[in-house]
Amino acid sequence: MNDMIRVDEKGFYGKFGGAYIPEMLHPNIEELRDNYEQIMASEAFQKEFRSLLKDYVGRPTPLYLASRLSEKYGAKIYLKREDLCHTGAHKVNNTVGQIIMAKMLGKKRIIAETGAGQHGVATATVCALMGMDCTVYMGALDIQRQRPNVERMKILGAKVVPATSGSQTLKDATNEAMRQWINNPVDTHYIIGSVVGPHPYPEMVARFQSVISEEMKWQLLEKEGRENPDLVIACVGGGSNAAGAFYHYYNSPEVRLIAAEAAGLGVSSGKSAATTALGTPGILHGSKTLLMQTEDGQVVEPHSISAGLDYPGIGPVHAHLFDIGRGEFVAVEDEDAMKAGIELSRLEGIIPAIETAHALHALNMIEYQKDAVIVINLSGRGDKDLDTYIKWGGY
Amino acid sequence: MNRIDQLFQKKKERVLSIYFTAGFPKLEDTLPIMESIEAAGADIIEIGVPYSDPIADGPTIQDSNMIALNNGMSLKKLFEQLQDMRKTVSIPVVLMGYLNPIIQYGMENFCKKCQELGIDGLILPDLPMQQYLDEYKELFNQYGLRNTFLISPQTSEKRIREIDEHSNGFIYMVSAHSITGARTGISEEQIAYFQRVQSMGLKNPRLIGFGISDAGTFYKASLYGNGAIIGSAFIKKIKESKDLKADILAYIRSVIS
Ligand SMILES: Cc1ncc(COP(=O)(O)O)c(C=O)c1O
Repeated sequence: MNDMIRVDEKGFYGKFGGAYIPEMLHPNIEELRDNYEQIMASEAFQKEFRSLLKDYVGRPTPLYLASRLSEKYGAKIYLKREDLCHTGAHKVNNTVGQIIMAKMLGKKRIIAETGAGQHGVATATVCALMGMDCTVYMGALDIQRQRPNVERMKILGAKVVPATSGSQTLKDATNEAMRQWINNPVDTHYIIGSVVGPHPYPEMVARFQSVISEEMKWQLLEKEGRENPDLVIACVGGGSNAAGAFYHYYNSPEVRLIAAEAAGLGVSSGKSAATTALGTPGILHGSKTLLMQTEDGQVVEPHSISAGLDYPGIGPVHAHLFDIGRGEFVAVEDEDAMKAGIELSRLEGIIPAIETAHALHALNMIEYQKDAVIVINLSGRGDKDLDTYIKWGGY
Repeated sequence: MNRIDQLFQKKKERVLSIYFTAGFPKLEDTLPIMESIEAAGADIIEIGVPYSDPIADGPTIQDSNMIALNNGMSLKKLFEQLQDMRKTVSIPVVLMGYLNPIIQYGMENFCKKCQELGIDGLILPDLPMQQYLDEYKELFNQYGLRNTFLISPQTSEKRIREIDEHSNGFIYMVSAHSITGARTGISEEQIAYFQRVQSMGLKNPRLIGFGISDAGTFYKASLYGNGAIIGSAFIKKIKESKDLKADILAYIRSVIS
């Protein structure tokens, strides 16, 4: 299973991954690494995880045949409706898994980073559910542009702490969460929100999100008489929704895996977050991956109109997919993503998250056969982005 | 013989190591600061290579990293500044930095350059022991560089023994569960940890760092280790300084008096 893409025993996907962490975090990472597989395989974990995904998150999420979108693009386009998950995005699949993990490891407190606030909300939600203390680190700039999510976290009882260093976005929030984990190593679990960070996080988060492609397989079998689509398209910030949507297709080379990154104002504009286009191998947040950086190895501050894609790296598994040519990466500009968001709203009555809108625009950037079966992972809904839609105004 | 080894051969107590960030407060302050640290009587100089995302550092050192980068500091620039350092600096010099800028420079070129300039050791907080053993140990040895690992109150006895086996130069004992940054005083709990490690009979000397800031904390830390490392407190002193040389002299003398 998944031989090509499996993480090896040292935590690498090919050349990428590993656990480049300060020694102060070694005991935490070791504890997680030595226990996560066993815990995830246990009946107690599976029972609670499956039951919460079903009754609390609202899974399985529908696989919806978008007829008007299909007609426009001359393909058979299905939308995997992660936007219908409780809290409005796929992020909660991971936080439900990690909160149960944290409980089973005997942790009392949760910390998390967030960009768009979706992961922060999903974390605050499961902490409320389990009665755990929750602190979320969020870039000061993101706090401004994702106000409603900040308030949601507070309503849910979480403490939101601004990260004021660097670009004051997701990367800095992640730095701050790691620092606070160093400061509180014993009773605290860090719920990372994407397939990034030191091993075993990227693999663990991917496995929690893999429920997306697990469902896609049987849903497609029901609707199309086959488990495999011709293409799967997902947006990539850190890459957790993409990893979840790709997971069970890694070893089916006939399924094309399309990853949409954020080009910001344009790949060569200097204001971009298109990591595979602009990045080189480096180390960020504990793993070796592709990374936007200067010649001197300083991390470059990214730009995207969507806070959830505004990150200078990608998960090591995606760096590997890119490296071996298993994934096809496209870079979608702010303006095109916004238009794609409006298009979906008008054609299907679904206002997508701006992150997700990047995946939708990818339809215009790739070649495919007429009537190809395409699944787009609709990672989240656009409620949180109303301000951005309004400011952009092109509708 | 490596200067770190030499130092610990003749001095086993109250060894003082001073950390500062290269290119801070001003770009060209690096070498003058080193000369002042030596003149003031400290034993080791730790030069921090600034990085955009220092995840083990508190606000003071984050800030100095940012200022240094804005000043135009880079690894290349630092090596230029250190070109002739052995004409004026004779005590051991250690580079402390996050891996990414070093990897971009090229690990072998980096080691070669360090040897050429007379740098004695490295502290790379995000280089895990396993990666060191797999990828870099031979290289560091080849270029005569000592490698220091960190341990913290959470590090298990088994792991401390492994780290001791694979370290050379000295072991950096992080004094508490924490990122860098000066706190006040040393708690009972910390002393229990210092004593626990002290009684392990490690082969490497131990320097205690994080939260050491003045004569009192330096004295206390020195009771349980071979000496201590001051970083954030020193950065704070030089940030506001109008006369670096005089202030560094006064500060370091006050610590070791
Ligand atoms: C709706 C939505 N999609 C995608 C992302 C990007 O994250 P990832 O690449 O981990 O799926 C986010 C992040 O906040 C999000 O909110």
